[in-house]
Amino acid sequence: MTPLLKVENISKFYGHRIGCKDVNFDLYPGEVMGIVGESGSGKSTLLNCLAGHLDPDTGEVLFEMRDGAMRDTVTMSEPERRMLSRTDWAFVHQHARDGLRMNVSAGGNVGERLMAVGARHYGHIREEAVDWLGRVEISETRVDDRPTQFSGGMQQRLQIARNLVTGPRLVFMDEPTGGLDVSVQARLLDLLRGLVREMGLSAIIVTHDLAVVRLLADRLMVMKDGHVVETGLTDQVLDDPQHAYTQLLVSSVLQV
Amino acid sequence: MIEIKNLSKTFTLHNQGGVVIPVMDAAELSVARGECVALTGASGAGKSTLMRMIYGNYLAAAGSIVVDGVDVVTAEPREILALRREVLGYVSQFLRVVPRVPTLDVVAEPLLAVGVETEAARDRARDLLARLNIPERLWSLSPTSFSGGEQQRVNIARGFAHSYPAMLLDEPTASLDAANRETVLSLIEEAKARGAAIVGIFHDEAAREHVCDREIDVTVFTPGVAA
Repeated sequence: MTPLLKVENISKFYGHRIGCKDVNFDLYPGEVMGIVGESGSGKSTLLNCLAGHLDPDTGEVLFEMRDGAMRDTVTMSEPERRMLSRTDWAFVHQHARDGLRMNVSAGGNVGERLMAVGARHYGHIREEAVDWLGRVEISETRVDDRPTQFSGGMQQRLQIARNLVTGPRLVFMDEPTGGLDVSVQARLLDLLRGLVREMGLSAIIVTHDLAVVRLLADRLMVMKDGHVVETGLTDQVLDDPQHAYTQLLVSSVLQV
Repeated sequence: MIEIKNLSKTFTLHNQGGVVIPVMDAAELSVARGECVALTGASGAGKSTLMRMIYGNYLAAAGSIVVDGVDVVTAEPREILALRREVLGYVSQFLRVVPRVPTLDVVAEPLLAVGVETEAARDRARDLLARLNIPERLWSLSPTSFSGGEQQRVNIARGFAHSYPAMLLDEPTASLDAANRETVLSLIEEAKARGAAIVGIFHDEAAREHVCDREIDVTVFTPGVAA
């Protein structure tokens, strides 16, 4: 099997300060990788470099295109990268309002991404939108409502539907369950797990919630001060952490 | 099926003065198909540690653990996950599940993961839950709200759903009543009969003698015991 994504020597500096430094990893099809670390550890900087939202100072982000060729998404043209982010890539923001159009109906939010990849038949678009709203447990009766009328959990589910409707191969998620209360989180996690498995998605999830990565991620990358300090199988890193920082992180979780 | 050579393990507690605790040294173990080996030794001797290392949950310091041709010590995460999905089952003492998922699906999940049809997987799950005396009215509920004993039996049903060629059993009969204990022992016998290599921890001596072919006292692998 060949990797879907090859990340080589990605570094990003903010003046003299390190955002992230010398990050390397391969992500294989169907694999879900979690990136954990405290605030300021560089995990969001890294995610934004990988997803093309930030320009890294060094390194390559090689993505396997549909024709099988590996292309460096850092150096590809802006329109090409934009096309990728509308088709094969998806990005789930922590705050749903960053990933949704708040003044467009729920159905429109989902349909818009379909239209961006060329869908033109209104009936089909609406049908597909309703189908996807159902998959994220939003009732058909809410299809014409705007996201401003939705709860936080519903907005997040709508954002996921909008992102997954085009059948992406790689999903970036930035604290997808952050800011939601725990019962809503559990429901969202269950939903995400099901979708990831069903669609065979590869995903990179940034979070500071270790319970979330235990449930969702196959493998983990632990970051501190912009550096990757430990990587491995998720349960191995959490149950037998090797690095001092990971040990501190794991032992700091409050038991419920 | 399971070949362990020269295996050692240390724990380094970076946040407690960097204490290094050697817990295992030069461990050797070989388990053939159809064989059940019991790990024995006092509490703290390293039975669970050894088992967790075989499962890839704990990282070995040195040595090799080859399960069906894959060296767990050096394998990539995705190789270990494939091994756990297809080859190596683990019945732990605690049930860990996603909230909200019904018991029937919890038990059927390992079968779905290896590509068994949904209905066939559910039939197998129903059969196991019935054998382990989990009342049918509970099957559609999440096991998170079940009693400790019920959770343990759900965990056993889940662990035996797929016919793994190799299995790790951590106290599978602990705190079970006589009838359920018998069921678990026959599940183990059936797994052996179809050729599964099994490593188990059994504090229940009668159960151990009933299903195990050999015993390995892990104390011999504990560093510092002789010193």
